[in-house]
Parts: sequence; structure tokens; C-alpha cells
Amino acid sequence: MSTTLESPASLQTSDQSSQRQARPLVIALAGNPNAGKTTLFNALTGLRQKVANYPGVTVERKEGIWQLAEGAPPARLIDLPGLYSLDAASLDEQIARDVITGRIAGLPAPDVIVAVVDATNLERNLYLVTQLLEYGRPMVVALTMYDLAERRGLKVDIKRLSEALSVEVVPVTAKQKRGLEELRRAIIAASARKGLVAGWCLSEQAERELAALVNPTGESADRHTALRELYGDELPEDEKRREAIRRARERLAETDGNWWQEPLLARYDWIERVSREAKNEDSHAPSTTESIDRVMTHRLFGPVILILVMLLIFQAIFSWASLPMDLIDRGFGALGDAARAGLPEGLFTDLLVDGVIAGVGGVLVFLPQILLLFFFIAILEDTGYMARAAFIMDRLMRGVGLHGKAFMPLLSSFACAIPGIMATRTIENPKDRIATIMIAPFMSCSARLPVYTLMIAAFFSTQKVLGFVSVGALMILAMYLLGIAVAICVAWIAKRTILKSPPPPLVLEMPPYRVPNFLTIFQTIWSRAWLFLRRAGTVILAISIILWALATFPRTEVKSNSDAAAVEATQEGASQEGEQLRNSFAGRLGHLIEPVIAPLGFDWKIGIALISSFAARETLVSTLSIIYNVGSDENESSLIEAVKEAKRPDGSPAWTPLVAVSMMVFFVLALQCMSTVAIVRRETNSWRWPLFMVGYMLALAYIASLITFQGGRLLGFT
Amino acid sequence: MKERPPQAFGLNFLLSTLIFYRDGTIRAMFRAIETGVDGVSSSLANLPIGAHARVIAVNGTGAVARRLMEMGVVPGAQVRVIKTAPLGDPIEVRVRGYHLALRRTEAQTITVMPGK
Repeated sequence: MSTTLESPASLQTSDQSSQRQARPLVIALAGNPNAGKTTLFNALTGLRQKVANYPGVTVERKEGIWQLAEGAPPARLIDLPGLYSLDAASLDEQIARDVITGRIAGLPAPDVIVAVVDATNLERNLYLVTQLLEYGRPMVVALTMYDLAERRGLKVDIKRLSEALSVEVVPVTAKQKRGLEELRRAIIAASARKGLVAGWCLSEQAERELAALVNPTGESADRHTALRELYGDELPEDEKRREAIRRARERLAETDGNWWQEPLLARYDWIERVSREAKNEDSHAPSTTESIDRVMTHRLFGPVILILVMLLIFQAIFSWASLPMDLIDRGFGALGDAARAGLPEGLFTDLLVDGVIAGVGGVLVFLPQILLLFFFIAILEDTGYMARAAFIMDRLMRGVGLHGKAFMPLLSSFACAIPGIMATRTIENPKDRIATIMIAPFMSCSARLPVYTLMIAAFFSTQKVLGFVSVGALMILAMYLLGIAVAICVAWIAKRTILKSPPPPLVLEMPPYRVPNFLTIFQTIWSRAWLFLRRAGTVILAISIILWALATFPRTEVKSNSDAAAVEATQEGASQEGEQLRNSFAGRLGHLIEPVIAPLGFDWKIGIALISSFAARETLVSTLSIIYNVGSDENESSLIEAVKEAKRPDGSPAWTPLVAVSMMVFFVLALQCMSTVAIVRRETNSWRWPLFMVGYMLALAYIASLITFQGGRLLGFT
Repeated sequence: MKERPPQAFGLNFLLSTLIFYRDGTIRAMFRAIETGVDGVSSSLANLPIGAHARVIAVNGTGAVARRLMEMGVVPGAQVRVIKTAPLGDPIEVRVRGYHLALRRTEAQTITVMPGK
């Protein structure tokens, strides 16, 4: 009875269902990574889809609408994350299993599962199918890459495969939209079917133990639940049942030391029988992918190509992104001016212009870089090159206890830590993932460059080493290397203490190279960018407003109102602005922290700039302009002069080359980026990690800066 | 058999030692001398590049062994060593018509019987 209540109304002809409100059919797409699942999903839903997250985790939840049958409500199509198995090794697999068993709130168990199977990789793809069959849900197999397999001389007999699996098999070519109509019909037919049985069984003893668990005390537990409890990692809640399972495992272990392998062996045994029936002998003719890999993962060319690819990406990020970045910067400037001109003078306008518009603009300026990085990461993932990069770099990454897959995220962090941190999602082990997230911000990102540039332009622009290498270039190189060195140390220590876990295993599919699908890539970029803007945006907005308030209150008495009305950043206006900032809470905070930062060589004015730079690193430059009364409209050279000439109360210069180096070291190590904090909060789903990161990185920055300044003084530098 | 001047043999030996030292072929050769090339089991990590073998047992436990078997490396499966990564580890094998990268430590837990 309960099954009738749960079953969807749309396609049932029984009179009960027509009386009830029709519930849309729920269809889940499940398949291995690289099986062509996303392409099929896009072909079926068009652009009528939405991306969100499953509650409490960062696994992407993709859902689309599909008009399955005329007159019926459109079906909900769920795109499950790509998975190899349902045995919950990774978060993705756990979520997929929860979806299939209907344990996700607000999402009924799927009425039909569409198993996406890559025809060129039939046996391994069928492994997931055997597991899906165990759940007994109505199922249809969508056979992708069918044409590709045929071109390679691989023949799959659809009819025989379908008979062997006892579910309908539909060859589809999603790009040309072939087979979609047949798939639709097969799904409608399957939704009415029930009671699938997996065609394999275990040894006699194992089957006996399993049977005893299926119905021990009269209460019903399905065969697949019992199977998962007996052979999986999770034990049931119930104490009596847990004991029964423990004893069953002991009995099995007595006869066979590798007892836990039994279902895996049985599944593959069955798969081999099925595929022997349905496909011809595998030809070992070298594929295009093998030929490409002869170069791409070559002992010498492999690393060289990897470096060239990275160079290209960085070149693109730093040169192509500068134009849109300028446009955004100017756009927000103009927007601020327009708001100031159009709105009545007052606190609200100040908040809007200096807090909201300037704060959000300061983060959005980096959006072109972030988008470009997303673009390149998506291309590397989609073509299959990402796995090769992990393959080449794994030995090095393992040296610090990280996974080969951590390489790309860390490298992207040299442009911006945000895409890097979001790209760590491919790392399965949560501890390895957090270790990677923890060190990503040490990679010198592009927001540090304005700070480095200012310091170097003011103090190291003219000196040369060996006559042609500028000291400034060496300085920047040293800062990059410092970040890398500290990251390696932190990863090494973290992996042995707070994130203690054995070196992550590497069992990585090297997928065939594919021509990237640009629709998929742009969808990926769009969804990631949107997630960043929406989630990080709220945090950024809040912090921008707080920082604005710190710099604005208490109000400094303005001598005459007519002066204040002058909007142009005249020398007087600038000095007024500086006066305001010096007397504000931020200014007082600067004074307050002066005893703490004095050992680093910073006075209280630098302290103010330092406080504001925790919003975003490059804010240091604009805050210094305000403090030194340069005025934001004037060019940079005047700020350089102002920095050089700034004096302490006793008349000694506020900045020396040593102070500049100390400042740069501080900027290499401190986490001064609210967007990163926000994204870490999102990706780790708690405030614990982002706050810990801010804390320990600040401590490291302080200590390193202290050593730099005090050590430098001892060595006689100024 | 054709006679070879001893110097040429020495040179060849030196060269092949240099060439094969890094990727473990030498180790595999000694192993092969010890065990005979075909017919005696070895670990997947000890196979030379290009070698075919049949999996006899997956000896590890826990998540890694499970994942390896889920990926199709089960007793009876045919594997071929394709290459080693530029830094000597991990290795790439072909199994069930696709390519899989795994570290030597993981490969060590897989017992294979060399030969097609």
C-alpha cells in the first residue's frame, strides 16, 4: 500500500492516483565521472536547470525540468555527482546514495534511475549499474559514447546487453540529441515496472548469513540494506542487530581472510559474464589518448608541457584580465560619484558610497581574474588534462603529505585563492582537502601585487644586482618563495598533528582526452561564479560596512559646512579625509595596536592601513593614500613620494627599506582577504576553519615580520 | 649463440643499468631472475613497463583496497603496465580497457601472475 502512495500520479492509470494531486516524476541520472552524464543532462533539460548545494555539504545539487510526457507535469531530473560506486568512500558517493534511497529532505526517492554507461568503458561502468540494480528501483541504461566505441571497432550488442541486465538499454548521442526520444519512452515504460533483481549471488555461506540478516526478528530489512550493513563500513544503530552483524563477520572471516571482497568479486564476475555476452573482444589497438599521453606524461616533455600550460594560464590571467578589471574599477568609481551626486549629503550616502559600493567594488574587481581561472580549470578538467597534472605532480605533493590533486588548486591560488579553494572539491579525503585549503592563501595572489609594487617602487626601484637584475624583481621572487616554503612547512606539520591521516592514496582514472564542451564549461563557470558572488557577497558586504563604520565614527567636527560640500578631492578635502580617519575608531585602533606592531617597524598610521587591509590586501594602498592626504584621484607616484617622506613624531622616517620588507613579509603570510574567509566558511561549512586560519596565519605573519625587522636591525640594515 | 666481446657486454650492462635503474626495471629483472618471468607470482609494482599480467589477489584492506577493486582491479583481471610518472611514482596501468594511475605503495599490495 505504501508503494501506491509513494508512486507518482503522472503516469498511473489507476483511479486512486487521478484523484490525488499529480506529483512530478523524479528521475535521477547516475554514472561514473567522464561517462557523459552532464552532456546528457544538458541535452535533456536545455537550460531549465538550477544548481544549489545539498543541505550542509558542498556537493553540488543539479536539478532540471524535463517535459517527459505530454499532459503530465514535467519530471524533475536530478544530476547526481559522478561516482564509481555507492559504497560511500567520498562525500559525493554518500550523497548519491542518500538521494537514491530517498534520505534527502524534500526530495523523494527517484521513480526511475537513468544509469549513464560509457560504451567504451563498459565493464567498469557496469559496476555502478550492479549496485544500482541492488536497490531494485526502476532503471534504464543510457549508453553513451556508442558511436565512439563503434569507430574503435568495439561492438556492443544492445539487445543482448539489455537482456542480460534485465533493463532497457538505450544508446544515446547527447551532442546530436540522438536517442533522447527512445530514452524518454524507455523511462515512461520503466516507471511502471517494479522488482528488479541483481543477477549475481554470493557464496553459499555468505548468502546464508545475509538471509539471516534480511529477516531476523520479523521486522523487514531489505536485502541491499543487509548487504551494505554486512559488508560496508557503517553499522546499524540497533545494538542487537549490530552484534548479529559483528558475529556474522567473524564467522565469514574464519573461512576467508578476504571475506569483505566477496560482493565486489561477485559483481565483477557477473559483469564479465554480461559483457562477454554483449560485446566483442577488447581490441588493444592504441587509442588516440595513448598517443597523446606519450607526449603529455612523457618523462621530460610532461613536466615541460605542464609548466607551459601554467605559464599560458598566468599570462592570460594577468594580461587579459587587466582590461575588464580597469573597467569594473572605473565603473564602481563612477557609480559612487553618481550616487554621491544624486543623493542628499549625509551618513546614508556615505555608507552607500564608501561602505557598500567601494567595498563590493573592491572585491568585484577580482571577478575577471576569478572567472578566467574558473574557465581554465574547467577546460583542464573537461579535456582530461587535470588527471595528467595530478599524475605528474603526485610524487612532489606526496612529499608534503598531500594528494596529486592538490596541485592545481594550489597553483591557481597564485592568481587568486578563491577558485583554488573551490577547486579542492575534487580531493576526496576531507582532511587532505582541509590541509590544501589551509595552505592555499600562502600562494602570493594578485591582490598582493599592488602592495609589493608600492613597497618596491618606493625603496628598491633603482638598485641592481650584478648590474642587470633589479633588487625589486628579486624581492618579489623572494616573497613568492617565502609563501611556498611556509606552505610546505605548514602542510607538513598539519598532516602530522591536527589533520593527522596516512598519506592519501592515489587511485586515479586517467580519462580519455575529450574535446571540451563549451556549453558545459560556461555552465560550470556560471554556477561557480554565482555561488561565489552570492555566498561570499553577503559576508563581504557585512565586513565592508563594519570597516566603513570603523573609519567613519566618531565623526570629526567639520570646520565649515561649505567646505565639506566641495566634493572634489582638493588638497584640503584630502587632508580633511585624513583627519577624519585619524580620529575615527580605526585611527584609535591604530593607536591602540601601536605597541604591538611597533616591534615590526610599523607606526600607528601604518596600523590603520593594516587594519583596513584585512578586508582585502590591496586596500592598504588606498588607505595609505587617505592617511597621507594624497587624495584618491591623484596618481601613484605622489603616494610613493608621500610614503618616502612620511615622518614619525620624532622626525625619523616612518618607512625605511627594512620596514617595507617587514610589511611585504607580513602580507605574504597574513590572511587579509574577507572573500577567502567567506569562501572557506562556505567550503568547510563551519566558522571553525576560517577563524583558525585567520588566527594562525596572523601569528605566523607577526612572528616572521618580527624576525625580519628585529633581525634586520641587528644585522645593521635600516 | 653468437659470441660477444667482453668489453661490449660490460658497456651494454653499464648503459642498461643507467637507463633502467630509475624506473625499477633492474629491480624487476632481479625479481624475474628470482622468480622466473612467467608462472610465478609477483607484485604489480615490480612489473616492468609494458608487461602484461593477471591479478591474483588484492591484499590490502580498507578504503584503498576497496576502491581498487571497485575500479576493476579484482582477481582474474588482466592488467598491463603502461608507464611510470616522470618522478618514478605513481604508475599507470591499463585495466578493463581504461587507464588507471596508482602509487607504488598501492601497487605493492596487488599480487599478479605475469603473462597474458
